[in-house]
Amino acid sequence: MKVIKIDKNEWASGLEKLRSAYELIGPVKEKFYHAFQPLESGQQPDMDYINTRVSPKYVIYPQSELILECSLNENDEDYKIYKEPEKEYTPKAILGIRPCDADSFSLVRRNFDTEEYKDPYWLRAYEATTFVGLACDQPCPTCFCSSAGSGPYSDSNLDILLADNGDHYLARVLTEKGEKLAAAAGWSQDAGDEADQQIDQKKQEAESAIQSRVNTDKLASQSLLDLYEATDAIWEKEAFSCINCGTCTFVCPTCWCFDVQDEVSGKKGYRIRNWDSCMYPLFTLHASGHNPRGTKVDRLRQRFMHKLKYYVDKYENGIQCTGCGRCVQLCPVNIDIRRICNMLNSYDPESCTCEVTAS
Amino acid sequence: MKSYTDKIKEIAKRLLKEDKVDMVIGYRKGTVPLMHQPFFATSEGEVDSFVWDSNCGLNLANYITDRKERIGIVATGCNSRNIAVHVVEGKIQRDQLYIIGIPCQGMVDRHKLAAMAEGNIASVEEDEDKGTITISGQGFSKSVDKAEVLQENCSICVHRNPVLCDELVADEVTEQTREQADPYARVREIEAMSPDDKWAHFDDLLSDCIRCYACRNACPLCYCPQCFVDESNPQWVGKSVDPTDIRTFHLLRAYHCAGRCTDCGACVRSCPVGINVRDFTKKLEKDCLELYGWEAGLNTEQRPPLDTYKPEDPEDFIK
Repeated sequence: MKVIKIDKNEWASGLEKLRSAYELIGPVKEKFYHAFQPLESGQQPDMDYINTRVSPKYVIYPQSELILECSLNENDEDYKIYKEPEKEYTPKAILGIRPCDADSFSLVRRNFDTEEYKDPYWLRAYEATTFVGLACDQPCPTCFCSSAGSGPYSDSNLDILLADNGDHYLARVLTEKGEKLAAAAGWSQDAGDEADQQIDQKKQEAESAIQSRVNTDKLASQSLLDLYEATDAIWEKEAFSCINCGTCTFVCPTCWCFDVQDEVSGKKGYRIRNWDSCMYPLFTLHASGHNPRGTKVDRLRQRFMHKLKYYVDKYENGIQCTGCGRCVQLCPVNIDIRRICNMLNSYDPESCTCEVTAS
Repeated sequence: MKSYTDKIKEIAKRLLKEDKVDMVIGYRKGTVPLMHQPFFATSEGEVDSFVWDSNCGLNLANYITDRKERIGIVATGCNSRNIAVHVVEGKIQRDQLYIIGIPCQGMVDRHKLAAMAEGNIASVEEDEDKGTITISGQGFSKSVDKAEVLQENCSICVHRNPVLCDELVADEVTEQTREQADPYARVREIEAMSPDDKWAHFDDLLSDCIRCYACRNACPLCYCPQCFVDESNPQWVGKSVDPTDIRTFHLLRAYHCAGRCTDCGACVRSCPVGINVRDFTKKLEKDCLELYGWEAGLNTEQRPPLDTYKPEDPEDFIK
């Protein structure tokens, strides 16, 4: 695997060269905090950012996405016949994405890219995107990536991993897509024989700086029904403060559920898919009026059982979470997935008790 | 705020022991800084988790809607006013409640502190005697006067003491007068804008909204079994992030709160993207005061002005 050295002054000029071939997206400081945004000409990503509030999942999977459209003009031949809108999937590069956020796309892919179903919108956008990751040297107190199947230097879903090394980046070029982007930017300086070792050293330091973790070792062997039925020991108390807003699901990089809506504007009909949230009563409301998840306890249990048990059992590939900590930081009522994960992991159905550790 | 915490625990234990209530609603210490968690205790052992300091900024009236139990509830000035609104609107019976009153000294603004920090805040210390808040994290530590980092609604609050309570945890605090607090300064600034500037202001205000509905769901007034934005037959509002639909949601929600909002700030506090939702509600509060001499939640008898009709109601704003 090739490691190249990118001087920080070459970084900016390289990005300018990329613009003709890629739409660039990176972290920029907005009013109060950072967000991933398309970078306008001359605009640089703020590589000193810690993390964004809303995850970059929207780049591949927009919060509202037009999937079909039709004419509502009776004189048209294709009146009311829904068709795919013409969309260009121009190459994009997400610059400075954190490894946890990049890993989240691998998790989401398990849903959108299966043998049975392939989601064309998600896949086309994903395939058109090159992921240039920025390793995380200053993890937040709420970061628990290294115990959630990811890590501050995880590169399993990146095309290039950048490690900040003072006046330059050490860049591990991991895929063909990565090579293509580095070549287009004109970054080719060999980083030397010790670069790999340097990155590994930094990786160890970053991993040891992570103070927060979750225990997941027993989740797979726990009985699904025991956890589901742990109403008194876990669910009722933990759900009390929940206000059933969609913050956790909307800031989460791995939540993938959507709702499909038809809208009309003038003489055109639009079929739009919007992010949905299992926290909303409407999410499971049947046409009959019956709601199988009629209470907030049901809905909170669903969110955590999905992430920490159903997903674990179905895919046998860890939890549906990369430990980015956004929901922990932004839940308005302090529902903490670390606490709940540890409760589920340690639940003892005999005594109906579990250990409570927050982080 | 150890004295408050101790007193809350003492009262809660007594209420549970004497079987005066089935549950006591308060806060337990959060797992992250600046964020305590609404929590209920049904046993004396659980009461030991209760905490009180400047990070108890959600409105606990949100948690009593339509409950059938006998409830002990910790309540500040604004929380007690929302409890009064709940009683007026039939969402809880007064005699179901034992209100543990908190003479409130204001909550700190977590968004403001996060913006001041040079990195992520790992811990927060409050020095009650000096009136300071110290935030620290990797490589930084910063002390600020609590007065500077109060939530805006707290800094202009004129009802810090509970208006409705069964027992206070401490002596009442001194109230600011309306002249001292000047609560509508920001509303006047917006009122003075040209229509174009106003449009631009509200456009910018809502530009980050992700429609998570945290503002609505954190609000004790928003207890409708089905919100108008969730209705599908007929469907009033689209569900995408179209700016018109987002505006419609915020404007209509604000109007539904007119004359009922106590400016508790839960909407702003809960917003994950830092939208000052109070720019809508505060204007309606000002209008209700000026047009009807009305402040929400000061008693448990009177219905809010937009819910009643009087021959002398002003009508010169009807065009």
